[in-house]
Amino acid sequence: MSSTVLTSLLAEVEQCNLDYRLQGVRSWKQKTGGIAIGYMPIYIPRELLHSQSVLPVGIMGGGNDIEIIRGDAYYQSYICHIPRSTIELGLNGSLDCLDGMIFPAICDVIRNLSGMWKMLFEDKLVRYLDVPQNFSRDIGGTFYRHELEALSSDLVAYGAKPLDPEALRRSIELYNQSNGLVRGLYELRRTEPWKVPTYELYRVLRAGTVLPVERFIEILETYRTEVMADVDRVPMDQARVLLTGAFCEQPPIGLIKTLERSGCYIVDDDFVQVHRWIRSDVSTDGDPLDNLVRSFLEDSTASPTRYIDDDEKGRDLLERVETSAAEGIIFCAPSFCDPALLDEPMVVAKVKKAGVPFTSFKYSENTGQFQVIREQAGTFADSIKLWSQ
Amino acid sequence: MSNLAQEEHVQKDNSQLRQKKMIEGHYRRLARVPDSGEKAVYTFVPGNLTELMMCFDMPPAMPEINALQAGMRGKSRQYISVAEKLGHSEDVCTYVKCDVGMMKSGNIGPTGEPLPRPDLLLLSYTGCFTFMKWFEILREEYDCPVAMLHVPYQGDGVITDAMRTYVVDQLEKIVIPALAKASGKKFDIDRLREYLARSAKAEDDLVKVFEMAKNRPSPIDAYFGGVYYIGPIFTAFRGSEEAVLYYRSLREEIEERVRLGKGPITPEGELVGERYRIVVEGPPNWTSFREFWKMFSDEKAVVVASSYTKVGGVYDNGFRHDPKRPLESLAEYCLGCYTNLNLPSRVEMLVRYVKEYEADGLMINSIKSCNSFSAGQLHILREVENRTGKPGGFIESDLVDPRYFSASNIKNRLESYFQMIEQKRESGGQS
Repeated sequence: MSSTVLTSLLAEVEQCNLDYRLQGVRSWKQKTGGIAIGYMPIYIPRELLHSQSVLPVGIMGGGNDIEIIRGDAYYQSYICHIPRSTIELGLNGSLDCLDGMIFPAICDVIRNLSGMWKMLFEDKLVRYLDVPQNFSRDIGGTFYRHELEALSSDLVAYGAKPLDPEALRRSIELYNQSNGLVRGLYELRRTEPWKVPTYELYRVLRAGTVLPVERFIEILETYRTEVMADVDRVPMDQARVLLTGAFCEQPPIGLIKTLERSGCYIVDDDFVQVHRWIRSDVSTDGDPLDNLVRSFLEDSTASPTRYIDDDEKGRDLLERVETSAAEGIIFCAPSFCDPALLDEPMVVAKVKKAGVPFTSFKYSENTGQFQVIREQAGTFADSIKLWSQ
Repeated sequence: MSNLAQEEHVQKDNSQLRQKKMIEGHYRRLARVPDSGEKAVYTFVPGNLTELMMCFDMPPAMPEINALQAGMRGKSRQYISVAEKLGHSEDVCTYVKCDVGMMKSGNIGPTGEPLPRPDLLLLSYTGCFTFMKWFEILREEYDCPVAMLHVPYQGDGVITDAMRTYVVDQLEKIVIPALAKASGKKFDIDRLREYLARSAKAEDDLVKVFEMAKNRPSPIDAYFGGVYYIGPIFTAFRGSEEAVLYYRSLREEIEERVRLGKGPITPEGELVGERYRIVVEGPPNWTSFREFWKMFSDEKAVVVASSYTKVGGVYDNGFRHDPKRPLESLAEYCLGCYTNLNLPSRVEMLVRYVKEYEADGLMINSIKSCNSFSAGQLHILREVENRTGKPGGFIESDLVDPRYFSASNIKNRLESYFQMIEQKRESGGQS
C-alpha cells in the first residue's frame, strides 16, 4: 500500500499534468515577479532560461482532456494533433500567463507553428530555436552559441535578467541534479520495473516541465525514497519492452496504463525527453554557455529529429535494448509524425536483423479507445513470454 | 488516357520543346555515367548547389523530380505501393515513397533509361525536414557518402550573419571537400564565379517572364505553365549557357505574346478570354496534372503568380547569385528558398502577389504529403483574405499519390470558388 507521502506526491504531479490553464505558473509569477516562457517538446536549454530567472514551461499539447474547437480550424485532417491542441490552448487563454514561446526544431509542423504563433500573439516573445544538424564545434557549435546568445537577448527584452555566467553555472548544476535523478529513476525502472510503473514516472516527468526545478528535485527525491520503501510493489510476470517513437506528441495516460495492464513492463521510453536529451552531466568547468553547446553537440539523444552523421542508424536503439534488457520493442508513434514514421522503416530493418521482437501502432494524444492496443500489446507480451529465447 | 499517352495531343510552345530536349539530354548523360566515368550526385531542388556541382562536372539527379515525373507518367501508384509494402507509413511524404519504390523497381528514369547509383548524396536541408530523413533512407540503400548542408530556417523572417556564416562554413569545410573527393577534381572558384554570373542572367530573365503576368491578359500561366519555366533553373541547368539561352528565348517568346495581347498556352491551346486571375499557394498535383490544369482553363482562370515556382529560389525580391560573393550568395540563395521563409513572410509574399498581379483571390492547393508547405495554410488563407479583401479557396490533393486526387471534389470546390468571385464582383466587391 502506498504511503500517504507517495499518495500526496502523485496527486500533486497529477494536478500539475492536468493544469492546462497553468494556475501553478500564474502563482509562481505572482510570487516571484519573474517571467515564464513556454516551450514545445523535445529539448530546449532550460538552464539558460533558469539562470535569467525565467520559468521554462513545457507545453505538451492538450492530451485527451481538451476539446478542440478552434484548433481544428487551423489544421487539415492529415496533420498531427499536438499543434491543434496547442493552438486551442493559446486561443482559449490557457497560456496567456506565458510571456513567450520557444519552438525548437523538431519538424516542419512545429516549425510552421512558430510562424502562426507570431501572427496570433504579436505581443509575446516567439522564438524558433534552430538547433544545428552539424555537430562539429567550429561549425555547428559556433552557430548554436549564436542561437543561444540571441535567445538570451530576446529574453532580456521581455523582462528577464541579463545572462550571467556564474548564474548559468549554478543553473547547470541544478539541472544536472534533476536530470541525474531522472536518469536514476530510469535505472531503477530498468532493474526493478515493478517499483516504478511508467504511468507514475510519466506523471512525475510531465510535472517537471511546469514546476520550478528546485521543487522538481524534491519530488524526484521523495518519489524514489517512497517507491523504494513500498513493499507492496512486487514483481509480476510481465514482458520487458522498450517503447519508442513518442517523443513529441505524448500519448494519453490511458494508453500507457493499457500497455502496462496488458502485460508489459516499459523499461525504456522516449517520453518527456527534455529531462534526458543531454545524456550525462553538463560540465560546470569553464565557459558555461560553451558547455551547454558542447553537451548538445556531443551528448544528445539519438533522436529521429537529429541527423545521424557517421553513426549507424538504429545502433542507439539496439544499445538501449541491451542496456535495458528489453525483450521486445514497441514502435509507438503519433499519427502523421514525420520524424518518427520516416525513421521507422530504417530502424525496423536493423531490429529485424538483430532478431529483436517488435510490434507497431500509432496513436494520437486524444486517442480514447484502447481495446485494440490492449489486444495487440497483450498478444505481443504473450508471444515474448511464450516464444522468445 | 494516361498523361504520357496524351502528350502527343498537347499544344506546346517553343520553350517547352527546347526544354524537353535539354532535360532528355541530361537524363541521357545520367544514364551514361557508369560508362562515361562521371560521378553522379543526388540532391534536392530547394537549396540546390548546381553551380558547385558543375565545378566538379558532377551531373545531379533530383529524387523529387524523378518522383514527380513518375507521377506524371502514371507510375507513382505502383512505386508507392512497393514502398508501403516495405513498411513505409501511409502518413508520410509520397515523394519519398515513390522514390523508394522506383529504386526498388530498377531505378528507371523518366526517359526509360536507368539512373546511376549516387557517388554522393548532397543533402541540402533547406526548408523541408523530410529531406533529411529521405537521404538517411537512401544512404541505407546505397551505402554511399553524404554531405549534409544544414540551412537554418528564417524563423524571424531575416537572414542573420550567423546563419550566413554557418552555411558558408559548411560549404567550405564539408560540401566542397566532399564534392572534390567524390569527383577526384580540384575546386576552382573562378569557374564557380563564371557559373554564378550566368545564373544571375538567367534569373533576371526568369523574373521578367513571371512579372509579365501583370499584363491583362496574362501571357502566361504562372503555376501550371510556370512549373515548366522553372524546370531548367531549378534543376541541372542553373549556371549553364544553355539556361541563359533558354531564359532569353523564353522571355522573348513571352514578350511577343504580350505585344500580341495573347493569353497563355494551355494543353488545349491558347486561353482566350481571361476571366479570373488567381494566385496559387502550394505544389501542384502531378498524377492528374493536365486534368487539374483543365479545371482552371475551362473556367478561363489564369494563375498569375504562385508560391510553388519559388520553391527552388525566390528571385523576384531582388536576390541574384553574385560572382563577387560566390559562397555567400549561394548561402543566401539556400536561406531564401520559399519554404525556408517563416509563415508571416509567406503571407506577406502572397498578399503582395494578390495586390501587384491584380488577382481575384488566393487558391491554396494543400498537399497531404508536404507539411513544410501545408502546416499552417488555413491560417495563411485567412490572413491573406483579411489583408487583401479578396476571397480565398482551399482544395486538398497530393503530390504523386493518385488516391488523394478526387477530381469531382476539387472541381466542385473550384467552381464554387469562381462563383464566389463572380458574386463578389456583382455585389460591387473588390473582385
